[in-house]
Amino acid sequence: MTTDVSTTAKIAPRDWLARRSRWSPFEVLFWLATLLPFILFPSYLPLANQIAIAALFALSVDLILGYAGIVTLGHAMFFGLGAYCAGIISVRGWGEPLTGLLAAGVFAGAVGFVASFLITRVQHLALIMVTLGLGFLTYELANAVHWLTGGTDGLRGIRTWPVFGQFRFDMWGYTSYAYALVVLFVCFLFSRLLVNSSFGLALRGIRENVRRMPAIGADHKAHLRLIYAISAAMAGLAGGLLAQTTNTVALDSLSFERSADVVVMLILGGTGRLYGAILGTLIFLVARDQLAGINPQYWYFGIGLLLMAVVLFMPKGILGFLARIVDRAK
Amino acid sequence: MISQITIVLFDGFAFGMLLFLLSVGLSVTLGMMNFINLAHGAFGMFGGYVAVTAMRQLGLPFLAALPLAFIAMALASVVIERSLFRRLYKAGELNQVLFTIGLVFVAAAVATFTFGTVQQVIILPDWLRGSVELWGIRFGIYRAFIILVALLVTALLVFGLERTRLGAQIRAAVDNQRMAQGLGLDVERVFAVTFALGSGLAGLGGALAVEIVGLSPSFGFQMLVYVLIVVSVGGLGSITGSFVGAALLGIGDVAGKYFWPEIGSFLIYLLLVSILLVRPLGLFGKR
Repeated sequence: MTTDVSTTAKIAPRDWLARRSRWSPFEVLFWLATLLPFILFPSYLPLANQIAIAALFALSVDLILGYAGIVTLGHAMFFGLGAYCAGIISVRGWGEPLTGLLAAGVFAGAVGFVASFLITRVQHLALIMVTLGLGFLTYELANAVHWLTGGTDGLRGIRTWPVFGQFRFDMWGYTSYAYALVVLFVCFLFSRLLVNSSFGLALRGIRENVRRMPAIGADHKAHLRLIYAISAAMAGLAGGLLAQTTNTVALDSLSFERSADVVVMLILGGTGRLYGAILGTLIFLVARDQLAGINPQYWYFGIGLLLMAVVLFMPKGILGFLARIVDRAK
Repeated sequence: MISQITIVLFDGFAFGMLLFLLSVGLSVTLGMMNFINLAHGAFGMFGGYVAVTAMRQLGLPFLAALPLAFIAMALASVVIERSLFRRLYKAGELNQVLFTIGLVFVAAAVATFTFGTVQQVIILPDWLRGSVELWGIRFGIYRAFIILVALLVTALLVFGLERTRLGAQIRAAVDNQRMAQGLGLDVERVFAVTFALGSGLAGLGGALAVEIVGLSPSFGFQMLVYVLIVVSVGGLGSITGSFVGAALLGIGDVAGKYFWPEIGSFLIYLLLVSILLVRPLGLFGKR
């Protein structure tokens, strides 16, 4: 997949990592730009909130798919578990957002850790099928325990208290977007630290060649279990955010469509790059918002063509495509 | 109770046979070229639309519409394989998954655009409707017909694979593609023929499925999961595996929904995950 490890092989790994973790002005500019919706498009704040949540979810998938090479078609499982966890806590009378969110992340992460023992046992098609199977399993389970989840009606009666007791969730989405953005940013910083550490380097090694890693003394299964649990926790946080900022949780948060959508967003932006997850989500959701208004069928047609085109002509996503152009210009 | 079990087994087996027709082509092509074609169910869907349209617009009888669905999908798949899929044989599994999912999206949109979102119905000839009573149990004639067709196809497949030159070439290519190539086998041509055969069978399965599961633009997605379960439980490249996997899944699905309607659809995924954990290559997988 990505060849950035081999092309810079001439410098020592530590220097390479240090160089990677330096902040570029573009990054600072990018994060400043995420504040623009507050001023320029206040009527689009709910959409911006959706984008921030989906971007966090895509980031979590990027960690395991883009960096560790685990192809998953069932990651909505953790997103949904987080959403139901935060939602159910709130319905049972505790609407404090930060602890609720934390619970969602911990719960999804714990389930992810247990599931990781299954995930590391299989590869290739069986891996795709196990992730798919676990996703459907959770969906049907949530549908079956109607008394807890509300089944197809969804969870009713979620009330989220003000953040820090100060900032009320208003109907225009100022607090929601700010809240989701901060969580996204914190998780992004964490991921950035993670992928630019020796642990992150080991993950890339596993992605490039699973057999060689044990040969050089790295326990690839332990690495995969850890990153899978981290990714699950992050997906759970994203789900928790959705439950708290929209005050609804429905079965579709666990659906295959959501698992597939998030992979599409990630591929669109570019896997193995943290900004790929965010950029892909942004493009995907804004495009859907604009196109679905005209006719949902056109949207399906468009997204299908887009996927095929990206695979054929931009295998490393939009960011990979841009990076190649920049490299050539140098 | 006995009669209930019998009828569940019968209906489940008939459903399983539908799944077998829909998935056997994918199993063989996957085992051969390692190409994950998630759009396989879309061939089934268009097979269904071909049959429905042929009967309604051209007035063809049901028995003529079935082979037509087979031929139409076999031809269409050759065009798609030559123009699109062959570019992706060397690409990673993720790219194949994404590309073919994209194709399912496009197929669903095209089907909606051409045929609308309404459920299509197929008018069965009189002799296929109703049921017969044996030992006090009523068996659906159409389901028996499906079982008959599927068993016939299975017999032809097994005979073709074991006894014909093409069959030997296919087996060689599935077992070891590079070795087969080294021995001077035109693997690409063998693959094209196999791919067309498999897609044709999917088309036939889709046409037969209209009466049982209905036909709408989401057919490709609905069947995708079933087809993938059959393939991964059965094991790649094995016709026996697909047959057993499909029968298991069909019976399990119908039995689950009949006896435990609350958690019925939950059981097949539990089965899938457990089988793959014990045997990651599927029940009959070799590699």
